[in-house]
Amino acid sequence: MRITTHPVLDFKREEAFDFYFEGEKMTGYPGETIAAALHANDIKILSLSAKNHEPRGLYCAIGNCSSCLMVVNDIPNVRVCVEPLSPGDRVERQNGQGDIV
Amino acid sequence: MKTPDILIVGGGPAGMAAALSAARYGKEVVVIERDPHLGGQLIKQTHMFFGSEKQQASVRGFDIAYKMIQQIEALPNVTVLKSTTVTALYDDGVVTAVNRAGYHKFLPKTMIVATGAFEKSLAFPNNALPGIYGAGAVQTLMNMHGIKPGQSVVMVGAGNIGLIVSYQLMQAGVEVKAIVDAAPSIGGYIVHASKVRRMGVPIYTNYTVKQAHGEKSLEGVTIWKLDEKWQPMPGTEMHYDCDILCVSVGLSPLSELLWQRGCQMAYVPSLGGYVPKANEHHETSIANLFVAGDVSGIEEASSAMVEGYLTGLYCNLRLEVYAEDMAALIADYKSQLHDLRSGPAGDKIREGLAQAKLEEALHVG
Repeated sequence: MRITTHPVLDFKREEAFDFYFEGEKMTGYPGETIAAALHANDIKILSLSAKNHEPRGLYCAIGNCSSCLMVVNDIPNVRVCVEPLSPGDRVERQNGQGDIV
Repeated sequence: MKTPDILIVGGGPAGMAAALSAARYGKEVVVIERDPHLGGQLIKQTHMFFGSEKQQASVRGFDIAYKMIQQIEALPNVTVLKSTTVTALYDDGVVTAVNRAGYHKFLPKTMIVATGAFEKSLAFPNNALPGIYGAGAVQTLMNMHGIKPGQSVVMVGAGNIGLIVSYQLMQAGVEVKAIVDAAPSIGGYIVHASKVRRMGVPIYTNYTVKQAHGEKSLEGVTIWKLDEKWQPMPGTEMHYDCDILCVSVGLSPLSELLWQRGCQMAYVPSLGGYVPKANEHHETSIANLFVAGDVSGIEEASSAMVEGYLTGLYCNLRLEVYAEDMAALIADYKSQLHDLRSGPAGDKIREGLAQAKLEEALHVG
């Protein structure tokens, strides 16, 4: 959920655009990371773990922990916590290690 | 191959401060930052800073950061490479970095590593469920992107970060159910603890997480009490329904580049783990390789900035810059650091830094 009023911060959002999560159309804003936009759309499961395929979400948000690797526009292993969202992005949950061959 | 006078890795509080003072006497400075913007964790801080006027007490963290960013961007002799990751420090002094435009090589005359730190994790069943975040991640969502991470939270860690982020969660409209800390006492400043307690949040010391619950994402958490030997006591469990568990159990230096370069390291728990040995000029065992900020020992952002300013000047000294105001500036920053590390809270830091002291001028560079 996006915060509209805050006691200290003022969030000025530019014009919204569409992106797609698992084929479903969602709304994002310029300046958001992919992970932030997914959170705003209540998507918390970002990937499934490599061994037991258990759900994984956002953890560190600085591109360090590898919990948020997703497939973005057919490219696997994108750290969505630091990757800026672009209009029309196609974002998919990654199941285990990405297919890079 | 570019050959800047001073190359700075990391554009957080320490790196920004280092850039400003490194550039003071006209030297060519390059700052490399892996994020798309400068500021590090400072731009997520909505609280007002402590310390003295010189460390911008009672100014909010993000305002300090934006001011520094503006100052850096106005300097003609500083190049900032954003969205760029340093990939290696080679034995011959070559530094490589990669970004969307390609692969870049540098042979800097001096270098400051100011890569900061990352958050420690905590081991308990289901600790990787979605809904369990490091405190920094929650700050990113709330304070940078204006996104409420969930409805209710249990905070693990009653240090300054745990307390401050709990307050920020309340500002974002999240219910803070409890703050737990395994230590027998609250680690953070009492002023922060009092603030959240006044708002009705219980702080449980000697408590830790037994288990997180949930199928696809977090639904609740069970905590339990620890005895004097830090062993859990069955029968003391308490359960909270929550969709956020925030882990704020300390930071570790991001020192991979220093390890790779072969810097002498020391294990100092009070500084967050392995830190580079450094001499009084913040220079590591590798000649012309300096460090500043959390990578050389976890402290507050205020200390990181003062260290950065100081280290930028030390690089100028190494480059044989002699300016009239330099000695006074160095003395001033040293006295600020001394003040920030004084008092009981600074005891551990001072002892830790003494353990990480590089005594001999051992420069194998």
